[in-house]
Amino acid sequence: MSRTRGIAWYTILIGLSLIFIAPLVWMMLTAFKTPGEATRVPPTVLPQEPTTGAFGTLFESGSQTPVLRWFLNSLLAATGQAALILVVASMAAYALARMEFRGKNLLFGMIVATLFVPIFILIIPNFLIVDRLGWLDTLWALIVPGAASAFGVFFLRQFFESLPRELEEAAVIEGANSWQVFTRVILPLSKPALATLAVISFLTNWNDFIWPIYVLFSPESFTLPPGLGILQGAYTINYPVVMAGAAIASVPALLLFMIAQRYVIEGVSRSGLKG
Amino acid sequence: MVEQSVHALEDPRPAAAATGPGRARRTGVKRSARTTPYLFLVPYFLLFVTFVLVPAVYGLWISLHDWDYLLPGKPFVGLDNYQALFDANSAVFDFFWQSMQATGIFTVLSVPLLIAVPLVIALLLNRSFPGRTFFRAVYFAPYVLGVAVIGVLWRFVLDPNLGAVNALLGAIGLPADTPWTTDLPWAWISLVGVTVWWTLGFNAVIYLAGLQDIPRELYEAARIDGGGKWAEFRHVTLPGLRPVLLFVVINTILASSNMFGQAYLITQGAPGVETRTAIMYIAQTGLRDFKMGSAAAMSYLLTLVLLIISMITFRLFRTKD
Repeated sequence: MSRTRGIAWYTILIGLSLIFIAPLVWMMLTAFKTPGEATRVPPTVLPQEPTTGAFGTLFESGSQTPVLRWFLNSLLAATGQAALILVVASMAAYALARMEFRGKNLLFGMIVATLFVPIFILIIPNFLIVDRLGWLDTLWALIVPGAASAFGVFFLRQFFESLPRELEEAAVIEGANSWQVFTRVILPLSKPALATLAVISFLTNWNDFIWPIYVLFSPESFTLPPGLGILQGAYTINYPVVMAGAAIASVPALLLFMIAQRYVIEGVSRSGLKG
Repeated sequence: MVEQSVHALEDPRPAAAATGPGRARRTGVKRSARTTPYLFLVPYFLLFVTFVLVPAVYGLWISLHDWDYLLPGKPFVGLDNYQALFDANSAVFDFFWQSMQATGIFTVLSVPLLIAVPLVIALLLNRSFPGRTFFRAVYFAPYVLGVAVIGVLWRFVLDPNLGAVNALLGAIGLPADTPWTTDLPWAWISLVGVTVWWTLGFNAVIYLAGLQDIPRELYEAARIDGGGKWAEFRHVTLPGLRPVLLFVVINTILASSNMFGQAYLITQGAPGVETRTAIMYIAQTGLRDFKMGSAAAMSYLLTLVLLIISMITFRLFRTKD
């Protein structure tokens, strides 16, 4: 590449970057403005009188919008579901990858088929099932049903099948049973895949919107995404408060992405190769 | 493929387990070995049955009843809920097809963009240069945020009176009063634009993985044969991407027809119910008005439509040879 072409090249790439980043920066900056400044025409870019007033409003005690509580609920639900998925999906994927049993193909076929079933047909019946279990308006409703997602099983099965068999065979010869092979040989070899699944599961749950808005009712049981909908309704044009809430929901996701970028990209790349 | 043949050659266990070396050796150990796979499967299988298989069938059952969550009686009504969707005099007919139309408009507008723009970006990034990983991460970044963040953020940015978009347009001398969230066709432009901005990185990353799987020799061969960049793209890149392209097309159609959060937060169906999508209407009917029988029937009809569209797409890709 010649020098001028190189400059043109990076100009395009940086210009594109601005399109993706500017709205996010705008959100963060607005969170530190006063309500008046946030809607001033023409708009100011940097806060002229920077204030944490919006965050103060959100963290006020006795508020109808307990954002701190939502944050903790989100953290608990996303961590809980990611952990549950890691356990159940890795066990099932191991059986599907390495063991022979009756009904294996049928079972795997059904699991794969659900990757293509639109989630919305399950929402109404699952609402009734969760109601029957007494889980409406609790975090259980956010943690357990979503762990039935087929992605984890599918993803880990592919990974386990790509592992060499020699180590497992050596462990069997030394007298290890299936559980020991699984926990002492397979899982340690699968750390990158498990990390990928953990990060993707966490983010999926952290961001889930449609399910929590219908199964949670009381302000103190909300997670951040349905909470943001409430903030938008409650603080209509007090945009710094709404943007502060959005920033609180964004920062953990963006940080996790920055730390675990490799795993997220890897997981997404692979989901395309399933077809 | 390779893994599977290796699997068949190197694993002696399945054969041994299936034929069994004789009754005498079927001791406790063997028996437990036969139940082992099921023990590994039980935890996931319980979840799968309870929250996927049962609801898929239960939903069908619900759709055959006049199922009001708040009323004790849920009388069986056969196919009435489905018939109502096709009866122009029924209470749900207009709203349902209005919402299907909204989903259709959104899908038709967003899918071509979500197929083409990420491909351009992937081609842009598909060479080695310093900062490549960085730019890929930047373009992907909005996708790691949830629809709730995206929705409230763009609701603010696109606010016709107070938002940054109109302020920017005004600053460069363009009309500053475009009703981005409150009138047509602007509301569609906003919803499609925001969705492309938000999810483009997902498809781009998938394309990029596909591009890297195309053997370099093919490009070299094309170069020797002559023909420019365009010939290279048509005869090497596109055919090489076909399996990935099929996935992207089907996945994007499904994702777009599932659109919910953007319209729920940004336009709230505005101007009237024109941008209320099928999923919004189904969720409202079933989980706000609690008319679950009718809502379940709608969701199965929509699923059927999507299934047919997916199958047609699949066919189109297969007969292109």
